[in-house]
Parts: sequence; C-alpha cells; structure tokens
Amino acid sequence: MMPDDLVLRALIAGAGVALVSGPLGCFVVWRRMAYFGDAMAHGALLGVALGVASGAGPFVGAVVFALCASALLARLAARRSLGIDAWLGVLAHGSLALGLVAVSLMATRVDLMSLLLGDVLAVSWTDVLVILGFSLCTLGLLALFWRPLLNATIEPDLARAEGTNVAAVDLFLMMAIALTIAIAMKIVGVLLVTALLVVPAAAARFWSRSPETMALFSALVGIASVFGGLEASLFLDSPAGPSIVAVAVLVFFVGLALRPVFRDQPREETRS
Amino acid sequence: MTTAGTGEDRAPLAAFESVGVRAGRRWLLHDITFGLYPGEIVTLVGPNGAGKTTLVKALLGIIPITTGRILRPDPSRVGYVPQRLFLDPVMPLSVRRLVSPACRTPAPVIEAALRETGVEMRIDDPVSNLSGGEFQRVLLARALLRNPSLLVLDEPAQGVDYRGEMALYQLLSRLRTERGLSILMVSHDLHVVMASTDRVICLNGHICCSGEPRVVSVSPEFRDLFGSRADQLALYAHHHDHCHRSDSATEPLCPTCTPEDKTP
Repeated sequence: MMPDDLVLRALIAGAGVALVSGPLGCFVVWRRMAYFGDAMAHGALLGVALGVASGAGPFVGAVVFALCASALLARLAARRSLGIDAWLGVLAHGSLALGLVAVSLMATRVDLMSLLLGDVLAVSWTDVLVILGFSLCTLGLLALFWRPLLNATIEPDLARAEGTNVAAVDLFLMMAIALTIAIAMKIVGVLLVTALLVVPAAAARFWSRSPETMALFSALVGIASVFGGLEASLFLDSPAGPSIVAVAVLVFFVGLALRPVFRDQPREETRS
Repeated sequence: MTTAGTGEDRAPLAAFESVGVRAGRRWLLHDITFGLYPGEIVTLVGPNGAGKTTLVKALLGIIPITTGRILRPDPSRVGYVPQRLFLDPVMPLSVRRLVSPACRTPAPVIEAALRETGVEMRIDDPVSNLSGGEFQRVLLARALLRNPSLLVLDEPAQGVDYRGEMALYQLLSRLRTERGLSILMVSHDLHVVMASTDRVICLNGHICCSGEPRVVSVSPEFRDLFGSRADQLALYAHHHDHCHRSDSATEPLCPTCTPEDKTP
C-alpha cells in the first residue's frame, strides 16, 4: 500500500511518540508506575475539557492536569490509609468521569471519540513537527541524565547517599511522562495511552540483558506497533489507536513465547 | 588519612552535633553528638527501633534532621552499603553494570574490585540471581570503586552465613589498614563487633554509651542488656554517666540502657 500524505503524517507522528514512549515506558515499568500512567491519562481528559473551556488550549490543560493527578496520587499513596489501587480508583476514574461530564456540557463541541480512542489520521504537519521536536528533546535529556536516572530507579537511598538529586530526577520523569501522555493522546486516545508506555517496555524485557537494550528494544517494538497498527487499521478499516495497541500486545505475546532463556529468574533464597 | 587508628586530636571526617530526628511527634533520635575520625572503625549497636538506620541515613543526607548539625564528607567520597536491598528483576541488570561507577570504567578495575570482595565469578550474572551475601559483597565492590574515604554499612552481615560473616569483617579490617578509610557500620551481631572495631556506640534513641570493645566483660548489667546471649557476645567497657527515666512503657532491655520516653 502506497502511503499518501495523510498516512505518512500518521506514521511519522506515531513513530515519533513511540521513539520516546519506549525508553520512558521502561522507567514506568521499572518503577512500577503503570497506575500513575492511568491516573495521568484520565486526569488529562479532564484537563482537555477545562483547557478548551478556559481558553488555555487542550494541550496545556492536558499536561497540567496529568501532572496534578500524578502528584496528588503520589502524595495520597504515601499516606497508606488506603492502598494505591483504591486511591487510583477514586482519582483516575473520578477525573475520567468529571472529564466526560465536562466535555458533554461544553459549548464548544469536542469530539469525544477522538479523545478516548485517538485520531492519528487527523494530525497536521505542525503536530508532526511538535511531536518530533518533543521526542528528540526528551530523548536527548534521557541520554544526558541516563546514569542518575538509572541510579535513582535502582535504589533511591543509595543514589541520594552518592549525591544524586533524586527529587529532581523524579520530577523530570513525571514531567516527561505527563508530556508524553498529553502528546500520545492524539495517537491512541486517553483509554489506551498507558499501553503505549507499558506494553513495548514489557515486551522488551524478555529480550534484554541491560537497561539500555531494554530501552532500545522498547522503542523498536513501539515503532513497529505503530507501523503494523496503522497498516492493519487501513486494511481492516478499524480505529487506528486500538489497532496500534493490539499489535503491540501481539508483539508482547510472540516475544514472550519465543523469548531466549536467560538465567535471570530470581532464586528462591533471594526472594525472602 | 593514611594511617589507621583513632585520634581525637585530628579533624573528624564526619561529625554529629546535638542532632535530633523527629518523625511526626516521635523523636527517633535526639542529642546525638559524636565524631568519626579518619581510619577508624565504629560500630553502632542497639535494640530494634533504636534509630541505628535513621542515624546512618541522617549522616548520608538521605533523611532530613530536625535539630542540630551534621558535618558530612563529600558524597563522592562516601561508599554506602544499604541494609538488605532487594533488586527488582524487572530491570535487567548485570553485576558488572551495577558495580561500575561510570560508563567507561575499565573492565580490569571492575574485576579487581569484585575480586577484592570475593564475588568476581559473578561478574556477568544478572543481579537478581545473587544470594544475600553475594549481593552485599557486590554493593561493597560498588562502594569501593568510588574510592571512598568513608564506608557506611548497614547490617552488612545480614543473610550471610557465619564463615561469610567472619570473612566480611576481615575484609573490612584489611580495607581500613590498606586504604586508611573510616568505616561506620550497624550491627546487631555483637560477637563480631569485637573482632574488628575501634569503638562501639550503643544507641537507644540517644547515645547510651560508647567505648572500646573489650574482652567479654562479666559485668551483670551487660549480661542483662544482651540477655542469655551474653556469653558469646563481645562486650565493651564504658561508663554510664546518666540515668534513664523509669516510667517507660517499653520493656527495658537492661537496667542501664532502658528505652526512655524519647522527649528530649
């Protein structure tokens, strides 16, 4: 199939997002932050509605609310009076519900389906440039601060004792993930945006023996899923976002089935 | 900092000045004052909840202090081996990778450090495959590669069998002699505290007592402090110059080292 202009834009935008969501997704998986992704995505929907209503724009609203949702969740989870899953159920679904209500009440019509499921075929060349600029900048920062990022992820106390500014690292990761989610919403929508972070990274885990190879494979799986998903969506006339995630999940299971046998299963006595 | 031994006349490498740490309404530590001198091995002992790990974390700047002042060495010259760290196998990480302080550390340097701590055969294994004792040795190698002037170890002998434990303390003793570094460690295995420590600090919210370890003392109050294990324990000579309040709800460990109500 010969890609026309529309599909070409979608491919570049999708690949641009996958390029950065792959390595960032590894941190989400390593730090067991998948639930933060959900809280951010659902908060972003409310943000889009309020951003449009207030005139700040959907993107600004999405980023601000994604950050608010994750910061709130992190603070509340530390209290331990309720489990993180319960707080997530309240906060993430609460903001999803509020977002849906807000969108329906708004004077300006917002296409709800494109928010929920993404509309990658609607991206403009300006969007493509923004996405590419963002992903290259974020990748550059990830590469520059790779060591402190890894150290703070491996063991925060050890990193602090060694002089790493762990709070700054955490803040950077939160911001990068919130921005990625706000941008990736356009591609796969609010409901599946966490999958774009988590699924490629999880698929890459089975084939990686170092953090760097995992980040690389994760980006490659993401890009392959975007290409495969868009092809499938054109062929089957299915929605693009869910098709991309479906392909990523397929890659995950194929990778799991064919994984090389590494001796990296934890031994029983180290688990106690 | 090349010669071993203590010398209170020299400048301390690290020092606490009336340090207190409060969590909520509870004082985890209060009135902590002591210095750590170059080439010295100091061991912190005390019952569970005495604030040993809190003190170590305050020294390393991991947790904030509420009152007082801490003189800290530069973080780049500190090696830290935390208490029983368990690495999540979710991140693929080899021993070689965990140990190297920078991307371009030459392989022979890494191998030498792992040989020094006795885990060189594990160099290409995933970190999640290590046993408890091996893991602590790998972390020790990581700390050593930073060429520290101060080594801080929190319960370094946890999850290590008796022989491994003796070897570990011998290694620490050798490192002090060869490299002239200071070592602060937390231990509850008092019988090994004996073997290789210059000074013992008994902690129970505050510094109960501190002094040089001596050959087993038969003093009844220390038998009480360490219960029935007293016979195999290393005990140390010191003077109690203060009294504890007796109205504590907590069961006292000994007549002299009772936990107090933690209000300074």
